[in-house]
Amino acid sequence: MKALLVSFFSGIVFALGLGISGMTRPIKVIGFLDFTGKWDASLAFVMLGAIAVYSIAYRLVRGRRAPLLGERFLIPERTDIDRNLIAGAAMFGTGWGLAGFCPGPAITSLASGAAPVALFVIAMVAGIYLHGAFTRLAEIRMRPVSAAAQIAADS
Amino acid sequence: MTNFTPVASFIGGVLIGLSAAAMLLLNGKIAGISGILAGVLRPVKADTLWRACFLAGLLAGGLMLRVYLPQAFDFGTIRSPGALTVAGLLVGFGTRLGNGCTSGHGICGTARLSGRSIAATATFMVAGAAVVYAVNHLLRGSL
Repeated sequence: MKALLVSFFSGIVFALGLGISGMTRPIKVIGFLDFTGKWDASLAFVMLGAIAVYSIAYRLVRGRRAPLLGERFLIPERTDIDRNLIAGAAMFGTGWGLAGFCPGPAITSLASGAAPVALFVIAMVAGIYLHGAFTRLAEIRMRPVSAAAQIAADS
Repeated sequence: MTNFTPVASFIGGVLIGLSAAAMLLLNGKIAGISGILAGVLRPVKADTLWRACFLAGLLAGGLMLRVYLPQAFDFGTIRSPGALTVAGLLVGFGTRLGNGCTSGHGICGTARLSGRSIAATATFMVAGAAVVYAVNHLLRGSL
């Protein structure tokens, strides 16, 4: 219960941070990405503030076996830089630069009631489901091949 | 394009960092928004409830902004419905394929000095800048 309250209040603070920093305004995001135009460096300060605080937090948990309200840490352990990572990040960056919204600000901005934000979020959710569908399709395609390989290996 | 707001942006960034830090120290979770959203959409494990609570918090925070800081939703630039749809699809698909977005890779992963996250962050920054260059300077902002 306590952990769920922490999640809820963290969500609130995260949203307030996005709003205060300017991340909920596509004009600021696009201004930050417009290096060859009239560059607005503000969002570099968002990353600076957030990374500074989070670096300290990460140092505090290193070596700890469990978080204060949970049994274990759920932290990514992969270290390989593969094609999916780079292709996915490139796709994400393309959409981010196009609309000026990334997932956190888009969800937070749903509260504004603006229709374009709702459209973006619906498309984003569709994109997530599409990825799931593609992944399953790829798995189905892989299966006969691996089954054949298995038979070949057995015989 | 807009006014330079280093102080407000830094304070906002600190709040984002504190939120993500609380999720890590207390709950042991990474505050990566795309992963949290996808986890709620495809509930497979016991990790659905905390994610739903975090998203509810984002919306509650959004409602507070609407009341106390309405200029946060002064979007300034809103692309056409077609462009927003394509952008949303790319953001949804891309963040799943690449396992993260500005929060998970850009902030949490970069602060953990994860090579994967630093590579992803560099990639989405360059891609974003390339698109903004194309839209603002080649298409003169009409999209």
